[in-house]
Amino acid sequence: MSVAKTESVAEIKARNKELINEVLKVYPEKTAKRRAKHLNVAEAGKSDCGVKSNIKSIPGVMTIRGCAYAGSKGVVWGPIKDMIHISHGPVGCGQYSWASRRNYYIGTTGIDTFVTMQFTSDFQEKDIVFGGDKKLAKIMDEIQELFPLNNGITVQSECPIGLIGDDIEAVSKVKSKEFGGKTIVPVRCEGFRGVSQSLGHHIANDAVRDFVFDKLDPNKPALFESTPYDVAIIGDYNIGGDAWSSRILLEEMGLRVIAQWSGDGSLAELENTPKAKLNVLHCYRSMNYISRHMEEKFGIPWCEYNFFGPSKIAESLRKIASFFDDNIKEGAERVIAKYQPLMEAVIAKFRPRLEGKTVMLYVGGLRPRHVIGAYEDLGMEVVGTGYEFAHNDDYQRTAQHYVKDGTLIYDDVTGYEFEKFVEKVQPDLVGSGIKEKYVFQKMGVPFRQMHSWDYSGPYHGYDGFAIFARDMDMAINAPVWKMAKAPWKQDKLEKLIAAE
Amino acid sequence: MTQNADHVLDHFDLFRGPEYQEMLANKRKMFENQRDPAEVERIREWAKTEEYKELNFSREALTINPAKACQPLGAVFVAVGFEKTIPFVHGSQGCVAYYRSHFSRHFKEPTSCVSSSMTEDAAVFGGLNNMIDGLANTYNMYKPAMIAVSTTCMAEVIGDDLNAFIKTSKEKGSVPDDFNVTFAHTPAFVGSHITGYDNAMKGVISHFWDGKAGTVEKLERVPNNSINFLGGFDGYVVGNIREIKRIFETMGVEYTILGDQSDVWDTPTDGEYRMYDGGTTLEQAANAVHAKATISMQEYCTEKTLALVKDHGQEVAAFNHPISVKATDAFIMKIAEIAGVEIPEALARERGRLVDAIADSSAHIHGKKFAIYGDPDLCYGLAEFLLELGAEPTTVLSTNGGKAWEKKMQALFDSSPFGKNCKVYPQKDLWHLRSLLFTDPVDFLIGNTYGKYLDRDTGTPLIRIGFPIFDRHHKHRYPVWGYQGGMNVLVTILDKIFDTIDNTTNIAAKTDYSFDIIR
Repeated sequence: MSVAKTESVAEIKARNKELINEVLKVYPEKTAKRRAKHLNVAEAGKSDCGVKSNIKSIPGVMTIRGCAYAGSKGVVWGPIKDMIHISHGPVGCGQYSWASRRNYYIGTTGIDTFVTMQFTSDFQEKDIVFGGDKKLAKIMDEIQELFPLNNGITVQSECPIGLIGDDIEAVSKVKSKEFGGKTIVPVRCEGFRGVSQSLGHHIANDAVRDFVFDKLDPNKPALFESTPYDVAIIGDYNIGGDAWSSRILLEEMGLRVIAQWSGDGSLAELENTPKAKLNVLHCYRSMNYISRHMEEKFGIPWCEYNFFGPSKIAESLRKIASFFDDNIKEGAERVIAKYQPLMEAVIAKFRPRLEGKTVMLYVGGLRPRHVIGAYEDLGMEVVGTGYEFAHNDDYQRTAQHYVKDGTLIYDDVTGYEFEKFVEKVQPDLVGSGIKEKYVFQKMGVPFRQMHSWDYSGPYHGYDGFAIFARDMDMAINAPVWKMAKAPWKQDKLEKLIAAE
Repeated sequence: MTQNADHVLDHFDLFRGPEYQEMLANKRKMFENQRDPAEVERIREWAKTEEYKELNFSREALTINPAKACQPLGAVFVAVGFEKTIPFVHGSQGCVAYYRSHFSRHFKEPTSCVSSSMTEDAAVFGGLNNMIDGLANTYNMYKPAMIAVSTTCMAEVIGDDLNAFIKTSKEKGSVPDDFNVTFAHTPAFVGSHITGYDNAMKGVISHFWDGKAGTVEKLERVPNNSINFLGGFDGYVVGNIREIKRIFETMGVEYTILGDQSDVWDTPTDGEYRMYDGGTTLEQAANAVHAKATISMQEYCTEKTLALVKDHGQEVAAFNHPISVKATDAFIMKIAEIAGVEIPEALARERGRLVDAIADSSAHIHGKKFAIYGDPDLCYGLAEFLLELGAEPTTVLSTNGGKAWEKKMQALFDSSPFGKNCKVYPQKDLWHLRSLLFTDPVDFLIGNTYGKYLDRDTGTPLIRIGFPIFDRHHKHRYPVWGYQGGMNVLVTILDKIFDTIDNTTNIAAKTDYSFDIIR
């Protein structure tokens, strides 16, 4: 499908700029002016992507973004498996986010593990009118009775909580005391706070700081003896097992992973983390806050890494190893060498089928930049990318380390813009979310969900890259895309072209 | 290393490899502060007991795994059933992301919907500006024929007045004065998605019939012989509406489907993305006032809507998600009665084929015990069908079923010898059901995708009928209404029964004497 291949960079830039101007025409003047700041063309050598970000979405445009609750309950806290997360407010938020993020875990669900359950205070009109604090207290009692093996509770606030003036902090404090110092975490992640999921991540990070770290009992005996090689995985949600296929590499190089944040994570692991010698941070956007805090408070350095595709994995393993002694540095080389044959076999098999194919991305967190290297390992090119809820530091990282000159950049893209961009750029693959998937497939454009891995994965690590490569091939080279046009309609089209 | 380029292992095989198993066991042992496995086992067993059930049923505040969603979801469902209509949900934007995802995961189709993206400042000052800008943007970008406004709980808590806001927006030129903007207040803390359906449908109908919020004359009803049809919130809407149209056409009855989502949630992949497709035209929606009667397939989805219709002088009739032969008979006879037509022989033949199928297969269903959960009308329709098959709908549970529904279910049980040991559970959730499946076991469970957790924990095979169905594909394309729909439900139930028999009789030299080739 690609039309971009033969164009020069200058031509691509001109086309992309024209495309941006074209989509802006649909908006009322005020909106066009605001949207113009979020769309641009990447320029080589610039320190960022030349777009504004982390600004309120415009009403009525069909933003793809979610809310602070989604960032806290859906992303950061939800995967902590041995705690019960109450969706506090009306029934919907918890219902729509129930088990939909594929945070894999091991545990007996409903007994000592609770990730794929929906606990809600199911607010009724009387709770809005009279307040929900008494109900919340009672909910905590009932949780203690019915789920005696839970290791803690979080209160994930939905919109009404902050509007009706409930004091979830007070309820949590009283109940924590009553239950002998149990970890109970009130989280002020009401959906109307901030402009996207992003503030929810930040609020959730702060809640870990205030209600887990700050409450640590210094006299509590350690679960394990520390070693010089203890690290924590921060910002991996174990979607389809991502954190597992990452952990195995860190352990194979000689490190010891003492905590996972937060995919397949537990309260004990959160509490362990201040003992780490290094925090390795995958999703910078959602967990940089707590990493910075641990650096300041406990002196733990942190290091961003990227486990998508062999080039970035090798680079990352060496970067992580650089914080340690020669044992670990040798370990990193050993791991890279061990998986070399697998990577060569994967690339030999799939690269010929994918070489030169173009991709447009629109995702959250880290993926709009992090997966670019993996595509490039397969000979593919990312020609457009954008974030749902990035800040400028994400666009800086994107510009400085990932995108090519001339890449189309779209921040908080609207449904209309994304559709038009794809229509004009005609990539061979679009990677985005469930809300976008079927729009593009109808258009005959191959698509992969890059939030849930389209129910596949893991995509992290060497084992994950094999799956990633297979999935991209499967999407692009599926026979179905040749069938979108009915043959009799195709003939007509070809005749028309021939006649011209 | 287990991964392999020639035969790429997916998550379900990959993590079963010895390296991963060892790694995960170590993680659990060393770092998770794992509970004593004996204690986990003790609690797991305790959670199966009568004692635990009593504790569970004494819950007053906590809801666990409910089988219901919130009002605006139902409003979005209604909106996309009208010609070139975009749902506009006034309030926080995250809600809209959730509704769109939820529908797309079920139908495997795009769902367009916009939000007024209210944030903290709107919480303080109200969302009027969001409405003014939002309507203008939506109108310009997506060129709708109608915008259907509903609310999230945020807008409801701060008390935004949709009628006034829409008026002001029109005055400010967001959309032309005569542009159709319907509205419904849909607070998430009242009722459920079926209440939202009712409110939104009522909003659309009263907009067209009652003078478009005071801007034009009310419509004068000039009765004709047409029948309006309301499906209610329905996960099978694509297959069902098409089947209902076929039935109306077979009977030669004039009809209007009020809210027809069957095209927009079933567009072709042919190179073109259709944001809008099909739907009830706005003209049809207005002209529906003249109909002789309005029929609802789901009583508890349409209580307010039918009251409004009745006030306009129409005859109304409500069914409870008819699936059984008897229920479909009543539905067809009602249409014939209203329209004054004879029921065509073709439908009698269809009916006979369903009865034939039941006669062929009922021996495999007769006497089997079922637990059912879902929306109140669906539960009723399924229970009615099971009774007809000689099965026992032992446990019928609905999180959003109320007192009236409870009474009606009980009356249904009382009407059949197979209903003798059956119990109805209104306002209960799937954690209650989990207890019941342990203390009062049944042979099969009927419910939506979330029922798979109950299947896993209690070993009760799940028959997937309901909404949402995320983990099986294309079920929404097949009707569950009409005699053909009854046939589909019958086959769905039978398939699971036969699979279950096969799966429990397939150990060689041990149980496979019953591994029969003919059943």
